[in-house]
Amino acid sequence: MPCSSHTRNPFTAAETPAVGVNVEHLTKSFGSHLVLQDVSFAVEPGEIFVLMGPSGSGKSVLLRHVVGLEAPSSGRVLVNGKDALAAQTREHERIGMVFQSGALFNSLTVYDNLALYPREHHTATEPGIREKVMHALQILSLEDTAQKFPSELSGGMKKRVAIARALVMEPQLLLYDEPTSELDPVMSATISEIIASLKDEYHVTTIVVSHDRELALNIADRVGILMDSRIIFLGTPAELREPKDPQVAGFLYPKIDLKHPRFKKLET
Amino acid sequence: MKQLTSILEGFGSTLQLFLRALSYAGTLPRQRARFIEQCYLIGYTTLPIVAILSFFIGAVLALQAGYSMQNFGAMQFIGSLVGLSMARELGPVMVAILLAGRVGSAITAELASMKVNQEVDALETMNIPPARMLVLPRLAAALVMVPVLAIIADLVGWFGGAIVAKYTSFISIEPEAYFSVLRRYMKFQDVMNGLIKAEIFGLGVVLVCCNIGLNTRGGPREIGASVTRAVVVSLILILVLDYFVTKVLI
Repeated sequence: MPCSSHTRNPFTAAETPAVGVNVEHLTKSFGSHLVLQDVSFAVEPGEIFVLMGPSGSGKSVLLRHVVGLEAPSSGRVLVNGKDALAAQTREHERIGMVFQSGALFNSLTVYDNLALYPREHHTATEPGIREKVMHALQILSLEDTAQKFPSELSGGMKKRVAIARALVMEPQLLLYDEPTSELDPVMSATISEIIASLKDEYHVTTIVVSHDRELALNIADRVGILMDSRIIFLGTPAELREPKDPQVAGFLYPKIDLKHPRFKKLET
Repeated sequence: MKQLTSILEGFGSTLQLFLRALSYAGTLPRQRARFIEQCYLIGYTTLPIVAILSFFIGAVLALQAGYSMQNFGAMQFIGSLVGLSMARELGPVMVAILLAGRVGSAITAELASMKVNQEVDALETMNIPPARMLVLPRLAAALVMVPVLAIIADLVGWFGGAIVAKYTSFISIEPEAYFSVLRRYMKFQDVMNGLIKAEIFGLGVVLVCCNIGLNTRGGPREIGASVTRAVVVSLILILVLDYFVTKVLI
């Protein structure tokens, strides 16, 4: 869903260069439950990095560290060289996050959801905000939803509104938590196309947490796989197509074996 | 020991939330619309139930006082008894209890639902502090509206007492006599003390309900549990504060 060419782009991508992310020896545990253990990787400015892994492997927890919503047990996360947990980092670096549920403000219309950030931070006048909001809605083909409330939208629309809301922030770093979960294959492909086109148009650094193999193989610059609290694979989609590690191959290309089902093995 | 730790933690986080909200006080003029909306919710929508309850509390107070005093020939003092009781104690406490049940529960339910649906997390990622956008307008609205509700509760309660005093056969005191005694034995300080108490209770209730809402984790069941906890903690807080504030003000 590319941006329409006849509309002036009100976003100032040139003034907001993409930022890099460094995850350094990150360990996180909740009580006695270890979620992340000595996880380290770097995301280059302007890159699409897809983090994959089984359910409950700590992908979303890692993403929450990047945006400063969780404090590490040890290690650190740097955004543009600054500690992600520091309040100043969020003031200086614009980090947009698309939550798995969308996390839209249910009491506000779609328009007001998008206008909230520029209104609160006085980044534009009301006509300027209107222009930015309508442009973001147009990019994602959501012009007709401006006056609707989130409860009136479908799952796919909510995800797109959440992306549009993040886009209005003119982010330097855009994080997606399971953007294609609970969507049909066509809508999943659409969301993948949106993520890739936003990166191309706005040169925003993108981290996507997902189970979606097709998304990772088609839009990622690099892919990481998180399993058993550690990163077990870090490489390009080309390397991922023919994985050498049997654990990675087993996760990405599982065979459905009706004669020897996995859940029976788990029980024993 | 665990419960004591939990109580101290709750007290600490509520105090922290208060100080954080206070640090954004300068942003209040920009949040006019939210402030007015909260004034409407805390003040206007609570007004009918405050009026009904205070009328009947004043009425029953006059009735009980009349019944008890008829043997001592002290019926003429009913006006001062109702007046002082409403202004110093029952008005502020009743307004605070209604605030906890009606407004506090709604605040906790709304904020807990926002927390569970990750709307609060979304605010934080946008660098919009929840203490500024969600707590400050509610605190400011409580600061303005609770004393107004307390004054209305006092006035309606006094009138409730006056009507009962006139139309109850074994009391039969004319409103002029009732209000004359009320005026004679009541000082401006009595009303002010009541308003100070109402203000303290109101801020306490709103803070507790905001804090419990914003610290909710889980799903719909936890939202329900948070609402119950917020109301229970608020009621305990009102009565505990009532003792200590009264002791200071007397």
